[in-house]
Amino acid sequence: MSVVLEVKDIHKSYWRKTALSDVSFTIERGKVIGLLGSNGSGKTTLMKLIAGLTHPTSGSIKVGGATVGHDTKRIVSYMPDIPLTEGWMKVKDAVSFYRDFYADFDHAKAHEMISFMRLNEQDRVSSLSKGMQERLQLTLALSRNASLYLLDEPIGGVDPVARGKILDALVEYYNPESSIILTTHLLTDIERIFDEVIMLKQGKLILQEDVETIRMKRGKSVDELFKEVYAEC
Amino acid sequence: MIEFDNNLPIYMQIMSYLKKQIIVGKLKPSDKIPSVRELASELQINPNTVQRTFSELEREGIVETRRGLGRYVTSEESIIMGIKKEMAGELIEHFIQGMQELGFASNEIISIVSDAVESKGEERGDNP
Repeated sequence: MSVVLEVKDIHKSYWRKTALSDVSFTIERGKVIGLLGSNGSGKTTLMKLIAGLTHPTSGSIKVGGATVGHDTKRIVSYMPDIPLTEGWMKVKDAVSFYRDFYADFDHAKAHEMISFMRLNEQDRVSSLSKGMQERLQLTLALSRNASLYLLDEPIGGVDPVARGKILDALVEYYNPESSIILTTHLLTDIERIFDEVIMLKQGKLILQEDVETIRMKRGKSVDELFKEVYAEC
Repeated sequence: MIEFDNNLPIYMQIMSYLKKQIIVGKLKPSDKIPSVRELASELQINPNTVQRTFSELEREGIVETRRGLGRYVTSEESIIMGIKKEMAGELIEHFIQGMQELGFASNEIISIVSDAVESKGEERGDNP
């Protein structure tokens, strides 16, 4: 299987504060990866580094064999934890905005996902509930035909029913040729869509493992393992 | 729908779910089984996990892939009987172990089982 992402000896400091240190891992094509960690463990920093929105202090990150930069942004679709859409936009404006920005934006897919998510094209983005907002952001991010999707907390603030809908959309619209990295701290429902999990703790990578192997070898769920690992945090 | 136990490998749970469907006849010999995608979205799980389930079922000869057409339950009754025996074996092993832990001897277990089967039969009114 080919490697989509290669992170090598990454170190990132903000001024004197170290956000990430000695982080190395690779991700293969077609995998769904759960990036886990308690608050402040470095998840969002790592996502931003892969998206090319901030630069590592040292180390290298390659997407599809190329060092992160202008070219890799074309094949990486990043859903930030803070929406990129503006308050004046209607849902359809947000879609046009993304279409104008990204050459790989699939308008037909966006259309389909909007109705799947029960979003209304005429609704103002600012009037959407938190759950609907998350559905919109996920729709925008997944409507690109990217090689790598970075989804930062796609199920952060939604109720269990809405979470189910978002999970449905992920399984339904995920392209098996691409990979997804998804950060979350709500594991119970979502751990079944992962192939592997990566755990970060205080800026260090402490585990990368196949989830079925975790269940088989340790006889416990990813959620339980997570609670164990972060118990003292 | 399956109630998953996240402490156990998911692909094994889907395997036994599909095997049960075959044994009880919800999936019949030569029936087409859902695609990876369909089953993944129905169960809200990773498509790769479903893929793994199917590969294992193929390896055991329970499922056959017909090129370009999809996957089908085997038409060989002997394999289906095999699954039935295998699952029955697991149940019995579990049961016997439980009974032994309660301190029952082999002949006691047998008489308890035959009594229970008899009274169940009367309840349902069937004549095995």
